[in-house]
Formats: sequence, C-alpha cells, structure tokens
Amino acid sequence: MKDEVISRDDRVANLKGMGCSRKRVEDARFTQGKGNYVDDIKLDGMLFGDFVRSPYAHARIKGINAEEALKIPGVLAVLTAEDLAPLGLHWMPTLAGDKQMVLADGKVLFQGQEVAFVVAEDRYAAADGIELVEVDYEELPVIVDPFESLKSDVVLREDLDPNADGAHGPRKHPNHIFTWEAGDKEPTEEVIANADIVAEESMYYHRTHPCPLETCGSVALMDKVNGKLTLWGTFQAPHAIRTIVSLISGIEEHNIRVISPDIGGGFGNKVGAYPGYVCSVVASIVTGRPVKWIEDRMDNLMTTAFARDYWMKGKISATKEGKITGLQCHVTADHGGFDACADPTKFPAGFMNICTGSYDIPTAYLEVDGVYTNKAPGGVSYRCSFRVTEAVYFIERMIEVLAIKLNMDSAELRRINFIKKEQFPYKAALGWEYDSGDYHTAWDKALKTVDYDGLRAEQAQRVEDFKAGKTRKLMGIGLSFFTEIVGAGPVKNCDILGLGMFDSCEIRIHPTGSAIARLGTISQGQGHATTFAQILASEIGLPADSITIEEGDTDTAPYGLGTYGSRSTPVAGAATAMAGRKIRAKAQMIAAYLLEVHDNDVEFDVDRFVVKGAPERFKTMKEIAFAAYNQAIPGLEPGLEAVSYYDPPNMTYPFGAYVCVMDIDVDTGVPEIRRFYALDDCGTRINPMIIEGQVHGGLTEALAVALGQEIAYDDMGNCKTGTLMDFFLPTAWEVPNYETDFTVTPSPHHPIGAKGVGESPHVGGVPCFSNAVQDAFRPFGNTHTNMPHDHWRIWKTANGLGLHD
Amino acid sequence: MSNKMHIKMNVNGKDEEFLAEPRELLIYTLRERLNITGPHIGCDTSHCGACTVTIDGKSVKACTMFVAQASGSSVTTIEGIGTPDSLHPLQEAFKEHHGLQCGYCTPGMITRATKLLEENPNPTEEDIRFGMAGNICRCTGYQNIVKSIQAAAVEMSSAKEAAE
Repeated sequence: MKDEVISRDDRVANLKGMGCSRKRVEDARFTQGKGNYVDDIKLDGMLFGDFVRSPYAHARIKGINAEEALKIPGVLAVLTAEDLAPLGLHWMPTLAGDKQMVLADGKVLFQGQEVAFVVAEDRYAAADGIELVEVDYEELPVIVDPFESLKSDVVLREDLDPNADGAHGPRKHPNHIFTWEAGDKEPTEEVIANADIVAEESMYYHRTHPCPLETCGSVALMDKVNGKLTLWGTFQAPHAIRTIVSLISGIEEHNIRVISPDIGGGFGNKVGAYPGYVCSVVASIVTGRPVKWIEDRMDNLMTTAFARDYWMKGKISATKEGKITGLQCHVTADHGGFDACADPTKFPAGFMNICTGSYDIPTAYLEVDGVYTNKAPGGVSYRCSFRVTEAVYFIERMIEVLAIKLNMDSAELRRINFIKKEQFPYKAALGWEYDSGDYHTAWDKALKTVDYDGLRAEQAQRVEDFKAGKTRKLMGIGLSFFTEIVGAGPVKNCDILGLGMFDSCEIRIHPTGSAIARLGTISQGQGHATTFAQILASEIGLPADSITIEEGDTDTAPYGLGTYGSRSTPVAGAATAMAGRKIRAKAQMIAAYLLEVHDNDVEFDVDRFVVKGAPERFKTMKEIAFAAYNQAIPGLEPGLEAVSYYDPPNMTYPFGAYVCVMDIDVDTGVPEIRRFYALDDCGTRINPMIIEGQVHGGLTEALAVALGQEIAYDDMGNCKTGTLMDFFLPTAWEVPNYETDFTVTPSPHHPIGAKGVGESPHVGGVPCFSNAVQDAFRPFGNTHTNMPHDHWRIWKTANGLGLHD
Repeated sequence: MSNKMHIKMNVNGKDEEFLAEPRELLIYTLRERLNITGPHIGCDTSHCGACTVTIDGKSVKACTMFVAQASGSSVTTIEGIGTPDSLHPLQEAFKEHHGLQCGYCTPGMITRATKLLEENPNPTEEDIRFGMAGNICRCTGYQNIVKSIQAAAVEMSSAKEAAE
C-alpha cells in the first residue's frame, strides 16, 4: 500500500495538527479584499438607519418633531421611544441585570445617547433626515464623577425605585448600583492593622475603549411572508443575541436566524446588545424591507462599550522580610448611565476578585461599589476576561508600591511571594482555585534572558549620569507577572442572562474523509478556522486542510456563548476535542469490524487504527470514513457525526512574565521602548505562529492603554475623545518589536491542556508598560502616577519631581 | 440634492461613468455604487487607512475624498492588485508571515504597501514603519506586517533582478 512508505513523522506532519505553525486558511479572502463584513452585505431594497443622538449628557426631552425630516426625499420613517413603547421595545435588558433605553424615553443620560432612529433609502438621506429632527431638550445638572454622584441630590435614574434592591442587592443611594464583596473583611483589616509594614495607594484605571477597526453594525431582514427574522451583525455571541432578540421581541427563537459574518476585530466591543441592533430589527418590521445600521467611529467611541473606569484604593501588608500577609481593595466603579457591563451574572465586578494575582496572600478582602454617572454605558472586557486587567494592574502596582516601602527590589519581592508549584491546585483567599502554574521557573527564565541584574546596574549608572548632568534621559525597567483567569466558565457559577457558559462543537465526517465542524464561538481575527481544525486533525487523524470550520450562523452551529474572555480555546476548544473523541470512538468500532478483530484489539495511531502488535494491519481514518457510509455494520448506525457540549470543570489560569525597558526624555515626556520581553505560559500550544501574533497584538493594545489611550469627559459630560485624532491608536511608528518566549504548564482539567492566550498580553502588558514609566522616576521619589502615561503627563511627573529645575 | 455631476473614472482597469452628487465620498462610490468592498471604512477622518486606494500613482484615503475629485482618474483598489491565480508578492507575504488577523485593515495595508515598495524598493525597517504609519492595525502590533513587507521587498527585488 502506498501509505506504508510514508514515515510516521511524515504522517504526523501531513495532518498539520496541534503544535505546528499552520498558515491561516482565512487569509486568502482577506488579502484579496474578499472578506464579508457586515457593511459589505447588500440586500435588495435595503434601507439605512441612523440615530439622532443627544448633544447633552443629562437632559429632559420635552418634545421631538420629525415633520421636516420626513419631507426629505428618501426618508421613510423616524422612530422614537413613543413608537417603540407599544411593542415594549423602548427599553431593553442589559447583560448586567439592568435595563437601558433603546430610544430616549423622556430623558437622556449621556452624550451621544440614541434619541430617534431615522430610516432612509441610503446613508446620505438618513444623515439629511437626522439634521432636521427637532428635539426640545431641557438641560439637567451633569454628574461625571462617581464620588460626587453618590453624594448628589440629582437622581440620574428616575425610572428606578430608590428604595428597591438592584439586580445585585441593596442600593445605598439612588445613584448607587450595587456593592459586591469577596473575601473576609474583619480578618483582613485585623491583619493589616497589626502588620509590620503596610503600603497604601489609590489609583485610577482610566476609562478607555476597545475600538476595533470595524465599528458595530447590523442588517435586519424581517421576512413577513414566512415570519422569519434574519439578523446579521457584529456579534461576539450570536447565539446569546438570538435568545435576547427572541425574549425582547416575542418572536419565537426558531424563527430568528442570527449570523455573525467576518468580524473586523472585537476586543469586547461586540459582546453587548446595542440599541442599533434593536432599531434595525424594528425598522425592518415597520418597513418590511431590510435595514442596515452601521456606527461611525464617533458613535462607536462615544456610545458603545467603554472599558475600565475603576477607582481603586488598596492596602497591602507584609512582614519586614517582605512576605505579604494581607490585601484589601476597594473599587468605585463608574458604570455610566445604565449598567450594561458584560459580566457573568453572579459577578457584577467581573473577576476583579483575582486581584491577589500570582501571590500566596493568606487574607484578602475586596469591595466594589458600582455607580451611575452621566457617561456612556458599557464596562466591557477590553481584551480581558471580565475585569482581570483591572485586577492585575492593581496588584502589580501594589507590589511595586510595597517594594518601595520595603526598600526592596520588586523582582525579588515577587519571587518570595509567588504561589509555589507544589501548591497547585491553589485556593486563593478571594475564592478562585488556580488550576496549575510554575511561576518561579517562568520568572527566573525571564529575568535571566533580559539580564535583569545588568539592567539594574545600567539604570543605577544612568541615574548617576542624570544627576551629573550628562544625560536628560532616565531609564525605567517595567516588570509584571500576571495570572489570568479565563475560559468562563463552569455553568455552576457562570451564566449570562441565565444561559450557562458552556460551549459546543458539532462534527460531520464526509464519506471521502473530509469534514466540517461547527462551533458556538465566533472568530474576530483569532484564526479559529485554522486552529480548531488543528485540534481536530490531531484528535481524528484527518488532515487539517480537509476540515472546514464554521461559526456564527445560529441556524447551523450548535448553541454556544461566543468568543470573549479568552474562552474559545478553553471551552469550545475542549468541546472540539471531546467531539473528536466521540468520532474516534465510533471509528474504532468501524475499524475493528473492517479488520475483523475485537474493538479493544485496535489502537489509534496518528491517522489510522492499527491492530495491536501488528502495525501492518490498519485502516486509515479516510477508509473508515468511507466505510461509515458504505458498510452495513451490525449494531452501528451509518454515518460519522458527533456533538459535544462542554461545561468546563474550572477556569484555566494562563500566566506570564513580562519585562519592558524604557528610556524617558524628561524634557519632552517621550518614552522610548528599548526592549519588551514577553514570556507566556498558555498551557498546550496549538499554533505557535498564531500565539505569537496574539501576543504582539495584545501588547500593542496594552501599550495604547498605558501610554495614551483614554475616553475623557469634561465637566459638562462632553466626550472629548470621539475621533481617532484624540483617541490614541498606535501606528507602526510608535510600536516596538517584541521578543516572545514561553513555558508550557498544561491545564490539568482541559482535554488538551490548553489555557487560552489572546488576552494575556493585554492583561500583563498594561502594568508592565506602566511600571516601566513609574520605575524610571522611582529614584526621584515617585511611588505612583495614574495612567495614561502620555507625553504631557510624563512631563508633568518629571516637573512635579523637580527634574526641570 | 440634485445638481448631479457627471463622473468618469477608471477603476481596476474598467471604465466607469455615472452621475453622482457632489458630496458623494469616493469610498461610498466604490463600496456601494460599484460593489468594490475591499476598501473598508474605519474612522471617517483619514486616520486609519482602511480605505486606502491608489489614485494616479498615489496612496489616497478614499473616505475623505469626494468622488468628484477623483473624476478622470485611474483608481486601483485591493481587487486590482493580483488575482486568485496570480497573487501579488505582498498578498503572498502577508499570508506567509501572519501579517493579518481580523483582515479589516489588510486591503488598505497591502494597497499602501504596493506604493511604498514602488517609492522605495529596498526599504529599511524604519522606512517601512514610517511609510506605513498612515495605516492602523488593531490586531497584529505591526511586527508581522513589517516582516511581510520586508519579505515581499526581497522577493520583488530578486524577481526584478532575474528578469533583467
């Protein structure tokens, strides 16, 4: 047989399975301009809808007059809350258990809020219509500061009963949303009160935005003849969107088909449900024609899905030798006008309770207060798993502040407090059980690779030179060690709107030995079509090139909770492996039948089943696939298909060690990144090329957030950063080359040991860049300055420390 | 909204002739009138370069140019650079070196890079980073985009030498 001359190594290579840097199958269409993004969809008779938005951050709406707008040729309809109210669609539920106005119902709570929806023949006519809709506003006092909000007599949410509990328990004030606690308050306070050393710091993790290059949008088509609604859109969770649309519209779920086409980046922006989606659906029902809604960049930055905006106050205690004994954290969380955070239901502050980080901290307490203000709603996980970015930034800054207090090297402080390899699985003080880790090995490798001691010596010399007037550039060494918590999650503690956060994969093997697999997730650039085929290739022994991966069509894909929080590989990747194993189990029976031996007498070997002890007797998976459709096998159904719904037993805990070396010009405030080293441990590595690409991208988004990116408001609630002129997205010119490295500590509970990686570099990168800036000023008395460290703020830090005198 | 203008232009080698309002932006002409959806819209303000096309030999951001200004010109988009059977070396290089992820910036990136390599066939890394600074990518961190362009430059230079 021809197969026999091929070596086993070649057979493995032919599969292009796990561990190889398989080139991406997505790239052919994207490099030729043949991607299919939502704004590329064009349907017969399609209309375009766009919003009249509020120029005020807080105002009562006394009237809306659309008469003149409706005279514009091409304008078909102007929808307001009054039109939606009879359908009960003027408000919609948020993912956080709150509700949000679809169109302004009597008042507006943030600048840019959706007031009316103009439906027209094309986007130019819609824009003309918007200009002529007259809205009579009465301005109200604006609150942009959450601390002021909790003291104010101005009630932002008049629709809520001030005395009633919110979705997450009692509210302390009409502008208060929830208090969420983790850990033990009194014991922590006691430990801190009696500690040798206590370091305290307040820090603001500024408001920012995921800003994918493609904004949000949708196309709705209500087919009134068949009673079917099709909704295309930029959905990171298409199945959940189908359920939400069904619940709020009353259309039965089987009559709704949601399709996520190619998505031009998500980073958390496309998890939530937005008024535009609802209005495109309503407009299609009203007009009987397909309706498209696409955000422009200003709409995107000002209204959908901000991230962060956490005011964090911490205390950390330690012995004189630097052993950490306790950690306390209080967060005032600014959620804007509606609580639309995208978190699992039981976690209104996401996984902020991973804020003990990578350290063995025996006692800890966390308290988060959510607050309404006159800012846009959102609170999404921007390239992070539900507030892990905030948590890791908090602890990695607290470690630095403690190191200053102890007059100790912060690399050493980390080392003596790391959770030890033998302590895993490790139960943290705030409740999570870390599955696996080997932090010391990773840390030592990182410090050795960058010659940490040499860098510190160089830095000391630089300080001397600076003081002697020989240079105006300081040198900062940024360190961070992070533990992520991803792969939400076990259904027992993670759900969104009551939907358990499992995920799924369904496989069909075709008679000629190729296959299609469909998943409940959706790629936004992560390369799922490439990597999931690799998992399957290794599991079922058919070449990855013969396996099509399909996601995003709710009519064909099995139900899943989508892609965010680095959950695709930990959850859907596990489902893929498990479904593959079901295929293999049936294939084993078929092989045994064909080889005329007992099921247990054959074993799987790369791409075939062989008779144990007689490797020359085998059936390849290709042959088995054909037999599944061709042979009448006693006791077996024809066909070769499998489905798996995977409920992970635990989260996965990727980790990493990052080092950034930076020169800072104290006179211009310009930081120059000389070196960035990133070691990631994401467990089993499926495609090293894609992992490296994810790390480069995540680090660049971290650079952006740490060094300049911000959604800022003035006191009137005007968003000052509504275009890419003001909102910093780094270009090739500002971004360094990164050095990537890895260790491999497989997840013990994941079928293939993989942990997820997409968000790690962002989570670990932000504190690393920030620490580099802060470290440069440490010899001159700096303990902490808030991000973003743009040139102006760095200059101000230098100035405040007297470095310009 | 009348006063339509008579526009004639050549797009990817094909002559086009139509009436358009003076305010029609070139990007909508391409995407909605001519169904050329390779160039994308990312920012509306010339910052991101997802809409980059080539007009009479120059890189132009189609989101801030009126179609009237492009009348009489010759326009090349990603659809006019290489065919499925004969990809441009840049298209090959972006695939080979993982120079893209979500793909949204890619048509503009590659279109811009074709001009960059015409302007400077042997660019240094710094030349590439500076020459591509008008095109934003949110996914890749640029490292592999730079690598892709470097590889394509080498490939194109050696192909040129071989031809000479």
